[in-house]
Amino acid sequence: MTTELLAPTDPLESEINKYDFITQTTGVFKAQRGLNAEVVAQISEMKQEPAWMRQFRLDSLKIFESKPMPKWGGDINIDFNDIFYYLKPTAGQGKTWEDVPQEIKDTFDKLGIPEAEKKYLAGVKAQFESEVVYGSLQQDLGDKGVIFTDTDTALREHPELLRQYFGKIIPPNDNKFAALNSAVWSGGSFIYVPPGVKIDFPLQAYFRINAESMGQFERTLIIVDEGAEVHYVEGCTAPMYTTESLHSAVVEIVVKRNGRCRYTTIQNWANNIYNLVTKRAMAYGDSLMEWIDGNLGSKLTMKYPAVYMMEPGARGEILSIAFSSKGQHQDAGAKLVHCAPNTSGRIISKSISKNGGRSSYRGLCKVEDGAHGSKSSVVCDALILDPDSRSDTYPYIEVDEQDVQIEHEASVSRIGEEQLFYLMSRGMTEAEASSMIVSGFIEPLIKELPMEYAVEMNRLIELQMEGSVG
Amino acid sequence: MTETLAIKNLHVSVEGKPILHGVNLSINRGETHALMGPNGSGKSTLGAAVMGHPSYEVTEGSVTLGGVDMLELDASERARAGLFMAFQRPMAVPGVKMADFLRHATTNVRRPERKEGEELIPMREFRKELKEKMAQLRMDPEFARRYVNDGFSGGEMKRAEILQMAMLRPKFAILDETDSGLDVDAVRLASESIAQIGKEQLGGAQMGILIITHHDKLLERNTPDFTHVMLGGKIVETGGVELAQELYTSGYDRVRAAYPDAAAIEREMAEADQLETVG
Repeated sequence: MTTELLAPTDPLESEINKYDFITQTTGVFKAQRGLNAEVVAQISEMKQEPAWMRQFRLDSLKIFESKPMPKWGGDINIDFNDIFYYLKPTAGQGKTWEDVPQEIKDTFDKLGIPEAEKKYLAGVKAQFESEVVYGSLQQDLGDKGVIFTDTDTALREHPELLRQYFGKIIPPNDNKFAALNSAVWSGGSFIYVPPGVKIDFPLQAYFRINAESMGQFERTLIIVDEGAEVHYVEGCTAPMYTTESLHSAVVEIVVKRNGRCRYTTIQNWANNIYNLVTKRAMAYGDSLMEWIDGNLGSKLTMKYPAVYMMEPGARGEILSIAFSSKGQHQDAGAKLVHCAPNTSGRIISKSISKNGGRSSYRGLCKVEDGAHGSKSSVVCDALILDPDSRSDTYPYIEVDEQDVQIEHEASVSRIGEEQLFYLMSRGMTEAEASSMIVSGFIEPLIKELPMEYAVEMNRLIELQMEGSVG
Repeated sequence: MTETLAIKNLHVSVEGKPILHGVNLSINRGETHALMGPNGSGKSTLGAAVMGHPSYEVTEGSVTLGGVDMLELDASERARAGLFMAFQRPMAVPGVKMADFLRHATTNVRRPERKEGEELIPMREFRKELKEKMAQLRMDPEFARRYVNDGFSGGEMKRAEILQMAMLRPKFAILDETDSGLDVDAVRLASESIAQIGKEQLGGAQMGILIITHHDKLLERNTPDFTHVMLGGKIVETGGVELAQELYTSGYDRVRAAYPDAAAIEREMAEADQLETVG
């Protein structure tokens, strides 16, 4: 069917402020502002965690404190002592939508979460501040042994799985923000798909920062066992505050032999959120890991989803898009690491910069010694809408093997006067014409998204495009 | 009342360089006009300026459609007012499907009062019409799913331009070298299609057509009511179909000899172009 990519059905007025609302909640518990061992221990205690996790958190805090800020990427100007690291919004998790407190329900209603679930999802989790407030999973998936829960619950109910994988794909000492998340993590999704189980519909989680000066540190762990398949979709938003907030997640994924995992993120943070996320998957023999990563909003995003191809035949595909506007820097990219022979990877990265926004592609293609016969291709396209905006490409290629094939292609284009004139001569307004050119530019990403997300993504792009041309 | 596209004393500069030096041309709906002239005489400049290309600065004169000042409007508004131009080199818009593009364009032009975000022409109605028009132009239905002009052959691009003209139903169409780069069969098909579209009654009147061309093939089935010769940025002579035939067979020497002033301007412009190329 033909999609109506550029036909917003709602009046734009109501759309513009769609994500920019603040829900009045009291919260059940809020940790003190700032970060120290006491706060970390308190979070662990609140969650009644086993001793090993408590120790993991405290060790991670030490690593966080000892590591300097990254010297590359964007300017990070965060006062770590001015942030709330934990905020518990409800006394417990709702099993049915009715159990969720009204004000939180209203928030998610505005975001359209329950509707999304009814339409086509196999299961959904909604996280508000630090905790998952709502969760459901189709009965038959539960019967097949699929686990889809929040990570805190998983720690209580599936300690053996957590102990085996948690912090193993991304150890706390990987980087400063992975250490931070390891110390104060809360919520996030845990998915386990047993061998041979293929889930036809996406599992979805929705993350929302609502409180001011709130940090959100969700922790996601997905284990796709041999021959199993899952598509997980995550969406994130936050309202606009005058003070800056921090979102620093860690996502760890294991895809075992012949397994397949697709992880789709659409993030639309308010323009003062630091979005510093570490995402990594380990793909084993003949498996496929796909990251589809859309980044809109935020003040600074630093995010480079990675696939480590651990055994022969493993494949990694990363499709990433960044849209940066005034006062924003999207430092996004991807990493492919070939650790075994005959592995293959592909990165397609697209960025759009307007109104003085800055987009950077930062990517790594690494072939370890012995990973002969490996192939990687990187295609990186930037679209710049006006002379004030900026785009940079930082491709890192490290090859320690002879018999490999690595391709890198990059292009930068501006919306040209001729292209605009052509569309306008067909009755498009200048804004409509620009929006159409941008929609076309990101089409390779859009067609990979589930229908509903494709529509949403296009609507978000349209909102970003509003007022972009005089 | 006959609506007229009236171009009066039009002076146009590009990057400060005067190209058109007072063009007068009046087209009524239902009439077919041919605009001929040697390369660099300003034919395409006239098309682009009338359609509203922002780089083409009108320094003097007027363009009106049915009495409405077109120069006050941008290209989008001119399209909605009923103007159309088939481009010599249409731009590619990767990622945008022909069908989506055409549905937006068709809605915008046929319902100029529509505000952004309002409903488009119903999908069924649109599809049915698009299918018919594509069949007439002998286009593979798959064409509608391809990205606008992206990787199109020369012939496909020209056919896509004619398809747009058929769908948008303009009051006036300017065809800028629609025959260039086409083989004999393709020119015949284009020319038949243009004639057919031109005969359709839209809002009680036929389309007014301005064919910018070097060839006579496009004019065989679109017999011009008037033929205009442009030289040195001016229309120097106007005649009937016999003038088009004469120019096609005998070239522009007679015209240059008859209008030495315009021929001098033409020479100057050509030399300036060459200097730019050399420099």
